Amino acid sequence: MKNDIVLAGVGGQGILTIAAIIARAAMQAGLHAKQSEVHGMSQRGGSVEAHLRLSSNPIHSDLIAPGTADVILAVEPMEALRQLACLAPDGAVLANANPVRNIPDYPDTNAILDQLKRRPKAVVLDAEGIATATAGSARAMNMVMLGAVSAFLDLPPELLQNAVADMFARKGQKVVDSNLAAFAAGRDAALQK
Amino acid sequence: MPQQLLLGDEALALGALDAGLSGCYAYPGTPSTEIMEFLQNSPEAATAGVHREWSANEKTAMEEALGMSYAGKRAMVCMKHVGMNVCGDGFVNAAVTGSNGGLIVVAADDPSMHSSQNEQDSRYYAQFAMIPCLEPSSQQEAYQAPRLAFELSERLQTPVLIRLTTRLSHSRADIVRGEERTPQNDRHDPENPRRFVLLPGIAKQNYARLCDKQADFIQASEDSSLNQLIPGRDNAIGIVTTGIAYNYLMEAFGGDCPYPILKLAQYPLPQRQLRKLLDDCDEIYVIEEGMPFVETQLRSPLNDPSIHGRLSGDLPRTGELNPRLVAQMFHLPLPELPDASALVRNRPPRLCDGCPHISTYQALTEALKDFDDHRVFGDIGCYTLGALPPFSAISTCVDMGASITMAKGAADAGVTTPVAVIGDSTFTHSGMTGLLDAIWEKAPITVVILDNGTTGMTGGQTSIGAGRLEDICAGLGADPDHIHVITPLPNQHAKNVETFKAELAFRGLSVIIARRECIQTLRRKK
Repeated sequence: MKNDIVLAGVGGQGILTIAAIIARAAMQAGLHAKQSEVHGMSQRGGSVEAHLRLSSNPIHSDLIAPGTADVILAVEPMEALRQLACLAPDGAVLANANPVRNIPDYPDTNAILDQLKRRPKAVVLDAEGIATATAGSARAMNMVMLGAVSAFLDLPPELLQNAVADMFARKGQKVVDSNLAAFAAGRDAALQK
Repeated sequence: MPQQLLLGDEALALGALDAGLSGCYAYPGTPSTEIMEFLQNSPEAATAGVHREWSANEKTAMEEALGMSYAGKRAMVCMKHVGMNVCGDGFVNAAVTGSNGGLIVVAADDPSMHSSQNEQDSRYYAQFAMIPCLEPSSQQEAYQAPRLAFELSERLQTPVLIRLTTRLSHSRADIVRGEERTPQNDRHDPENPRRFVLLPGIAKQNYARLCDKQADFIQASEDSSLNQLIPGRDNAIGIVTTGIAYNYLMEAFGGDCPYPILKLAQYPLPQRQLRKLLDDCDEIYVIEEGMPFVETQLRSPLNDPSIHGRLSGDLPRTGELNPRLVAQMFHLPLPELPDASALVRNRPPRLCDGCPHISTYQALTEALKDFDDHRVFGDIGCYTLGALPPFSAISTCVDMGASITMAKGAADAGVTTPVAVIGDSTFTHSGMTGLLDAIWEKAPITVVILDNGTTGMTGGQTSIGAGRLEDICAGLGADPDHIHVITPLPNQHAKNVETFKAELAFRGLSVIIARRECIQTLRRKK
């Protein structure tokens, strides 16, 4: 198997947390993994992207070749649009519908969402809304998106759930449970689309 | 041993630890920072008593590492590529003294300038200093490289450069750790105590010995497990890859490249393998991250048209490689890419909400309205973002420390109100000596030091002069009456504008220290 995932968002939204959880689960599954990250100045509220590659065979390139990604996982809609050229023709785009408007010329959000939905495989979610409804906090947005992407990965969801539980274990069972609830809601939302 | 998912930087740090490292020296710089951070966070490094503190700059770090090598222990100094310019004096002369304990210099290059002001390729530094260079092609090789480098360094009494590039430094992969850790060296003096005294008479002997060692370095490259000549079934083309370029080649060909490949990860060039490839193949394709270092050596001086690479136009002359660019080089079939959506806007990085630099720039910009002939000379740090809207507050950003010295040069040329803006860590890195020049000549410049208590842009590392910069400036000879400490907060705006105005009007040297903690380090403490 091979899953090539491009993660995208705005610096500070935490795409590396999502990538780290998926990578941890992949290791548990005995897969090879490569995860290319963005560090340095670009973290400060600018566009960020990370490439995550999972495979049962050894992986050569740290970067995913343009036009070959299986999934785009974007926690911000315009950043999903920015990465579309990465996607294989039959690839899936999974995007949070809620924009981060930290630039003066941010375009019309509905126009962005329309373009995303025109892709053959597209899931656009109100991730903050789902997070608030299920986990009681919009900050669990990342876990909603992680749950949603789990529907597109060749990984047993239990391994991802275990990785989520590990990551939040030191904050107590209540925090673990609410994040797992957000994960489950995100996964359900993606499976229904 | 269990597999671990490590950044290339972290794999290298772990490899050095397992290879008997006694001390790591560094100044933070993307993409090299995580090497030192890994060692600082490592309980094993703590137990082993490995030195792992940040240095004031790359030159002090280089010389501290050389001192540890002189005393017989294995030392490593790490920096981003432009740090090589800062430590160049110590680096080149360490090649002339040679090493005693193993000495590794790690330079992390940043092709495509993700977080840098140029694309310089550190392999040229190794060639210039006439020392071996390793360029690992994977995280696993990054783990192995320090052991090979320390052994080479001690066997041939030479520093060894390890070159990383952004995509290896900042990409994680599963690596397998070795079974055993090499114990640290005992302290021991160089066998020839005069070797480190570079008086001309001794330096001449050392330099002749360094020239003699070149054949040994080539032999080491030819014998290295890192350099492999991989046979192919079609000799029409021969391929040379360096470092991670090999991975892009394999990706482009789906793991099955029909042509022979010379996979390079150790320099100087291994002549035996290279000769065989050139003899066997009609056309040579060179794939390397960074500048056309190998390609130039193969093409020159007559621009041999059978050598293909960045100079021939088969690959772009600038920027990072990726699998698609390599596939295009061989005219392989590629998926068509859609045009970029017209809706996508540029989203540059920006100062964080609540950042102290925002208040400083707001006050400075307002104060400067009264001074027609002003120029603001910037420096390297988060505050370089002050060049972008809405501030558009600085005119220059060149290299570490250049704000103060360029402001002084502009004052010498007649600019009436030159201002330097520099961070606390950049000031102690390379600003203090320039300030001494300005103080000595009573240059009419205003130096603004943004003291946020940390090296912010690289993620909040120790800044060794923060919090006592007024003492440092006074100690260098700045007039205490013209040294001010302000608090860059919105509610101090009017007061800060007045302080700026008074010192901008002063026809002598003044220092204004804007002190408030970085919002990121403050948040992390909570």
